Amino acid sequence: MSKAVSALEGVSHKGFAEVAEAGLRGMITVRGDLASGAMKKAVKAATGTALPAPRRIVIDGDKAAAWMSPDELLILVPYEAAQDTVAALEKALAGEHHLVADVSDARAVFTIKGARADQVLTKLCPVDMATLAEGEIRRTRAAQVAAAFWKSEAETFTLVSFRSVAGYVMGLLETAARAGGEIA
Amino acid sequence: MLTLECPYCGVKAEETELQPGGEAHLKRYGPGSTDEEFDGYMFSRKNPKGVHFERWRHAYGCGKWFLAARCTATLEVFGTYPAQTSEPPAELQAKIKAKRPNWEGYK
Amino acid sequence: MSTRLSKGGRLIDRSKPMGFTFNGKRMQGYQGDTLASALLGADQMLVGRSFKYHRPRGIVASGAEEPNALVGLGQGGRFEPNQRVTTTELFDGAVTESQNHWPSLDFDVGAVNDKLYKFFPAGFYYKTFMFPRAAWKHVFEPIVRQSAGLGKVPTARDEDRYEYAYGFADLVIVGGGIAGLTAALSAGRKGQRVWLIEQTAHWGGRAPVDGVEIDGKPADEWVRTAVETLEKMENVTLRLRTMASGLYDHGYLLAYERVADHTPGDGRPRHRLWRMRAGHVMTATGAIERPLSFAGNDVPGVMLASAVRDYVANWAVSPGDRTVIVTNNDDAYRTALTLLEAGLAVPAVIDARPEAKGALPEAVRARGVRVLTGHGVAKVKGAKRVTGVSVCMQAGEGAEIETIACDAIAMSGGWSPVVHLWSHCGGKLTWDEDHAMFRPDPTRPATGADGAAMVTAIGSANGMLRAADAVADAHMAAGSEGTAPKAVSAEEAPMSPVWIMPEGAGPALRMKMWLDYQNDVKVSDVQLAAREGYESVEHTKRYTTLGMATDQGKLSNINGLAVLSDALHQAIPATGTTTFRPPYTPISIGAIAGEARGEIFQPLRKTPMHDWHEVHGAHWEPVGQWRRPYCYLRTGEGVHDAVNREIRAIRNSVGLLDASTLGKIIVKGPDAGRFLDMLYTNMMSTLAVGKCRYGLMCTENGFLSDDGVVARLSEDTWLCHTTTGGAERIHGWMEDWLQCEWWDWKVYTANVTEEYAQVAVAGPNARKVLEKLGGMDVSKDAHGFMEWREGTLGGFRARVYRISFSGELSYEIAVPASEGRAFWDALLAAGEEFGVTPYGTEAMHIMRAEKGFIMIGDETDGTVIPQDLNLQWAISKKKTDYLGKRAQERSYMVSPDRWKLVGLETLDGSVIPDGAYAVADGVNANGQRNMQGRVTSTYYSPTLNKGIAMGLVKHGPDRMGEVLDFPVDDGKVIKARIVDPVFYDKDGEKQNV
Repeated sequence: MSKAVSALEGVSHKGFAEVAEAGLRGMITVRGDLASGAMKKAVKAATGTALPAPRRIVIDGDKAAAWMSPDELLILVPYEAAQDTVAALEKALAGEHHLVADVSDARAVFTIKGARADQVLTKLCPVDMATLAEGEIRRTRAAQVAAAFWKSEAETFTLVSFRSVAGYVMGLLETAARAGGEIA
Repeated sequence: MLTLECPYCGVKAEETELQPGGEAHLKRYGPGSTDEEFDGYMFSRKNPKGVHFERWRHAYGCGKWFLAARCTATLEVFGTYPAQTSEPPAELQAKIKAKRPNWEGYK
Repeated sequence: MSTRLSKGGRLIDRSKPMGFTFNGKRMQGYQGDTLASALLGADQMLVGRSFKYHRPRGIVASGAEEPNALVGLGQGGRFEPNQRVTTTELFDGAVTESQNHWPSLDFDVGAVNDKLYKFFPAGFYYKTFMFPRAAWKHVFEPIVRQSAGLGKVPTARDEDRYEYAYGFADLVIVGGGIAGLTAALSAGRKGQRVWLIEQTAHWGGRAPVDGVEIDGKPADEWVRTAVETLEKMENVTLRLRTMASGLYDHGYLLAYERVADHTPGDGRPRHRLWRMRAGHVMTATGAIERPLSFAGNDVPGVMLASAVRDYVANWAVSPGDRTVIVTNNDDAYRTALTLLEAGLAVPAVIDARPEAKGALPEAVRARGVRVLTGHGVAKVKGAKRVTGVSVCMQAGEGAEIETIACDAIAMSGGWSPVVHLWSHCGGKLTWDEDHAMFRPDPTRPATGADGAAMVTAIGSANGMLRAADAVADAHMAAGSEGTAPKAVSAEEAPMSPVWIMPEGAGPALRMKMWLDYQNDVKVSDVQLAAREGYESVEHTKRYTTLGMATDQGKLSNINGLAVLSDALHQAIPATGTTTFRPPYTPISIGAIAGEARGEIFQPLRKTPMHDWHEVHGAHWEPVGQWRRPYCYLRTGEGVHDAVNREIRAIRNSVGLLDASTLGKIIVKGPDAGRFLDMLYTNMMSTLAVGKCRYGLMCTENGFLSDDGVVARLSEDTWLCHTTTGGAERIHGWMEDWLQCEWWDWKVYTANVTEEYAQVAVAGPNARKVLEKLGGMDVSKDAHGFMEWREGTLGGFRARVYRISFSGELSYEIAVPASEGRAFWDALLAAGEEFGVTPYGTEAMHIMRAEKGFIMIGDETDGTVIPQDLNLQWAISKKKTDYLGKRAQERSYMVSPDRWKLVGLETLDGSVIPDGAYAVADGVNANGQRNMQGRVTSTYYSPTLNKGIAMGLVKHGPDRMGEVLDFPVDDGKVIKARIVDPVFYDKDGEKQNV
């Protein structure tokens, strides 16, 4: 699907941390009864992972399942796999009260890399980074817009925002990560 | 600027992550209600100096509405609880009564 | 003269000289200097002029309390006025200038005000208002304007960057003196997450200057060891140059870090505003010495005694060769010792107390210094610089006994704990009679979220003025973990409060006793205020401007309220203090703004086609945080012409509108139909799958809130379109009802607004463009009006809605946002042969007005119900309930007198101004002309070639053909006829082809 492009087409900046738009990612909002067996099976079918605990993200390679609220998950898959995953989820949840919505194109994804990557977030999000738990996904705000982030690898955070504000978010990240801005 | 713990996701959110929603536990009056009932539902709000129950939405987090019991004078927070209830949990009411013996109680 | 001493200076590095200029004069200081010490070292005692009388002003203090020494610092994009030299670190190449004088610092015309002081008493601003008007206009206003304002406003754009950072700690200790360090050691050992912040560039506070010994070591050495110990603790964060600006609810503390003020242009952010959340706060903020009120206490060369010894000990700067000490306490004798130690002369110590027999006075006497007990200062000699002091008896009226030649005076009226942070969030104070000071009342602290104390004051900030007490207090307050440090300092005899010197000073002397140096408030002003009936300290403050300058009365408040209390014949605690408000010292606007400036001042929402619009002449219109093209300007084209061109193109052929910003919310579940029936005024549950229906939403108050087209996607799924500005609000509204009222209803919602790029293809040739793209049958029979179809259009996954807001044949097509730009390009290519014209929001607005369609925000303003807009057809009569229904039954809502929607046509074809009112006969109870209607939308219609408008008019629909008067500017009246609001294609034939 060559005509699909991410909001910023992969722009990146290198300061004391490297910030980059990570391109398109398949993302699916799933709402339903998270305690149900069908939901467990649906997540397994979509990502191969277990159902995430509250405020956690379970990652398996290029797929992941994240807890967004008591009745909502976010399923992450490669962009190309989104439509098939939607179909798989719909199938698994058939007969249950649920909602599955492809939101792959409504989001922008960023990575923040470096030994001080957490400091970039410290400047933008009202979050105590020191108490961020292993595997935690934190929904909060980055300056003036909604965002969610998690530690995706050692010294790397992934941050998701709405697509329309991708330019604003990249502006925030670039400014916060600019060389000289290290918090000593 | 307040901090309130979201009872749904456990995040201790600061006020900038929350959206205020005014007085909690309003009973809706629709068609068929008297003018007085509707007026009370629509316009009459408590404004106590002391114990107050409020609606807050964890807008920049899990998106859920929750309720908070708070002292408007000292900003002490007695507790937060899910919105799917028509009155404050008995346990919370007891806790408030213990801390504020002169509180006239809920309703 | 003030000068740099050849030896000493614990904070300066003489191997690193630094050049700077003051009013163009080149000067030199050393690394470690403040601007104040560098200026004094270069014999620059005179640094500015006072606000009201333009009196010469010198440096008084050595820290944050300095009222006088404010300068303009830097140049161009780094110029900032009102920089306090005592808290500004010197850097190489600093450019400084004095303020508030004209034409020069040494010769100031405004100083004539000083001679006219009788005309500028307390409250003179207010009193001038009571003169004849002409006096204000011709006499006072020019004078006030000439002299008002401190410093110059920067004109260049700020070159620096600023940022926020969010910090979290169990305990934030404010102040890095020996109390703060002691508390940090104890709390650190306990394993608490501790932050210790200090506003200056150095740890240790006053103790090293005051000769304190801790654990058998000089304070300097103990401080070094303590800091090293703390640096090794992983749970302790130490930050210098970080000032706690304010304390707010639930432990919210703003800390202002001056990251690069002393290294400008090195690529670091200039300031960082820490938005801290503290489990608990300890204020180890120290104490501030009070001046004494004697005649001429504002002459340059009169300084706080503690500041004098700071300058000597810290920076090896002597404020004068011969310094007379004036005091009411033992502590000031330390200054005498420091001066003597440095080889400087102390001609005398004037002590207001009847006797001074403590260890410190005795030590001073032992050095051969005259100690004049029971004496006071009658008057300071000198104008731009102290030349001497005349001595009198403290108990008398000021008869001069002798004159002592000197070039500096070190004064001490006792100490006041810094209680600002303690007080910011409601902590209360108690009056300490022994030390004549307010200190924190530990029984009435500010409380936090858990109802417990949120703040503890420690050390001298808690009134523990002696080092031993301060350290013991801090150790205990922080949990007594580890061995308590033991501090030793000289014994001190009790101080004795002195609020006026001499006690019986007459009016002539009181008129020269300064309380507030920056704002020129004197003892006589406060006494006058009291005589004029001001009893409240808050009122007196505002009337006299006492404590209202940029230093916020750090030196003047206690002295001022003591004078007020005396004038009111009441005890000081009965008068009370004014309110302490953040910030403790001024913080930069840049720090308050943080990263929010320029491109990221606020979020800008962009559709996938935004860049195309930008390149193709979009004239932007802000719609919420979105930017939408208002129209597209071609070279040489004006906005009006562009809009008209776009409309004609659509009416005649085909146009494209980027409608991506419209809200799109999925509502799904067994109870979704029932839910939407409650939300919308009309019936949505009966909508057939594959069909669309226009719907209205009202608030519970009955007023129109939003509108849009709803499509039924499947048996249990609807897609609700909202207005551009309404998407988040309406989604939140839906969730509110589902979560808080009908939580047992089985409905889920999802806001998918940004998932789709949406394009309206409108105009007689719209179908041809889509057919050219191919892939879907968009014929009239296969795809009827108000229906939607899903398929692949030109290779794009598309959902096509056949709806029309323009009155033309029209399709709105949603494709995945990531493909939006490619789809837009494909439409442009396919439409080329039809002259396809991208159009903006204004063309859309005009075309909908031509069709008589309402617009949320134009026809509605939060007081309009659907019935006012003749939208009864969109209100279900079958439903027993919907949000807003009960309100719409209220007597006022059903009144036949409500203003209702009509069309308006001017008799002369002109365009009525938006918001114009139609007048009626007679006047109302307030004598104002009666009104009978107003314009809600008004445009020039290029289709009809005349002005068209919509408006709300009393009994409007029953008055078709009547002509109304709309008075506009310059006495002109526009006449407009009431007509049907549908101006174009009344039968809808064009959209239904």
